[in-house]
Amino acid sequence: MGEAISRAGAATMEEHDDETPVVEFRDVSIRFEEKPVLHRISFAVERGQTLILLGPAGCGKSVLLKLANGLLMPDSGEIRIFGEEITTMRQDDLYALRAHIGMVFQESALFDSIDVEDNVAYRLHEERVPEDEAHNRVVEALKFVGLADAIKKFPPELSGGMRRRVSIARAIINNPDLILYDSPTGGLDPITSTTIIELVMKQRDVEHTTSIVVTHRLQDAFTLATHRYDAEKGMAPIAKDGPERGTDAGTKFMMLNEGGIVFHGTTEELVHSTDPWIKEFIS
Amino acid sequence: MALLSPEEYLKKQIASVQEYSILTGTAIADIFTRPRYWADIFTQMDSIGVGSMPIIVLTGFFTGCVLALQSVTALQEFGAVSMTGSLVSLSMVKELGPVLTGLMVSGRNAAGMASELGSMKVTEQIDAMRALGTDPVRKLVTPRLVATVFMLFFLTIVADAFGIAGGALVAIYLLGLNGATYLHDSYRGLVYGDVVQGLTKPLFSGFIIATVGCYFGMKTSGGTQGVGRATTQAVVVSSVFIIVVDLLVTRAMIGIFGS
Repeated sequence: MGEAISRAGAATMEEHDDETPVVEFRDVSIRFEEKPVLHRISFAVERGQTLILLGPAGCGKSVLLKLANGLLMPDSGEIRIFGEEITTMRQDDLYALRAHIGMVFQESALFDSIDVEDNVAYRLHEERVPEDEAHNRVVEALKFVGLADAIKKFPPELSGGMRRRVSIARAIINNPDLILYDSPTGGLDPITSTTIIELVMKQRDVEHTTSIVVTHRLQDAFTLATHRYDAEKGMAPIAKDGPERGTDAGTKFMMLNEGGIVFHGTTEELVHSTDPWIKEFIS
Repeated sequence: MALLSPEEYLKKQIASVQEYSILTGTAIADIFTRPRYWADIFTQMDSIGVGSMPIIVLTGFFTGCVLALQSVTALQEFGAVSMTGSLVSLSMVKELGPVLTGLMVSGRNAAGMASELGSMKVTEQIDAMRALGTDPVRKLVTPRLVATVFMLFFLTIVADAFGIAGGALVAIYLLGLNGATYLHDSYRGLVYGDVVQGLTKPLFSGFIIATVGCYFGMKTSGGTQGVGRATTQAVVVSSVFIIVVDLLVTRAMIGIFGS
């Protein structure tokens, strides 16, 4: 299967160029038991962009993320990932495509019965990567998230923040072209949240990976939009008097409410929005 | 729980049968294509087969004992106490061995599968597996199916053997029968058709235990309460299925081999 993934994945990656949006939704709708969750959603995420998805609880943020990974299928509309239409794709091809997508789940979703090393190396083991190479890459990924010491621990032995960091390590182990973060700071204390946001930022600014970040914590969203990762200083604010005027140009916002998109634009546009609902939400 | 209209209830039941059929069909098809998760198959064989040995040995042994004790009262009336061995072995091999083994393993493993997969489902581990490019049916269901069918066959043989041994112990030490006569009678009472019938049933029971256990596990929703519900449903449904299929297989075998 490893070979199949590599082959199918390579083919997928070769077919799209830098101009093709990494994620593209066209008129996507989905309902659960007659209750509409998303209605005619259309948007695109360009290569290297980070899209922060905001909205009240239950507005369909996590559903949108699962749709982007093919874990849910829409009732109507098209979803293109790396230019490939995934709603009509065969399951095997979809599994191959996912080799290029990392996902961090809301509650980490680590496999409880295997240790941290096997959790992080899960994808590598599936791809039959030699054991030594897999181990080295796991160590590297765990160093990236600052958890090299936890390699032999089991998920139940870890704190919520540590689990979330292991989940990030598992998502980035094979340098994906797209990362989907589903509330990576949900349920964590502010200090741990900042550590997680710094990791998201580090992945954005060091690896330039395209990502969609779902969050309901505005302070995390704005930290991500107004700071940049620096190898020496760590997380540092972007200069307000510089060319980017205090915000990261590649980081955009999208807000959902009642199944529809109520805002899609830059940090500046969001902050200066005159829409009363948006103003109230971000105040 | 909200009351459903008969139409909605029927639709739900048909949808469940459809989901179960798709899951089962996919799990069987995955046996014949790569990748195959051999390590998971062996782990499940150990858990289902070796792990179930103590309860199967005890159940088989004491069922054989009580069968000998109960049957001797009836046989005495006809002056046929010497037929105890034959009665015990026929009952164990054709019926009690396969059915009791199926029911015991169902209680232990269908519940285990439903709760394990159910917990994985509600904590998004199944979604995580799919997101990591692994087909959960191939990785979780197929190994359990192969392991249960394979191991239940041998567990039934163990249950039969310990049942006959239990019957022998009671017959010799409590009823004062001759040991050699008992064992000879047990052997002589069995014909080819009986053994085939007794060893066909666990193949069906194993299939039911694994598919029903995994089905309820994979469709779990509603947090920890949902896991509990899935576990109960898995045991109840698989136990009933085992008994119903036992009747059907028995009827089919009588048709093939005669009584």
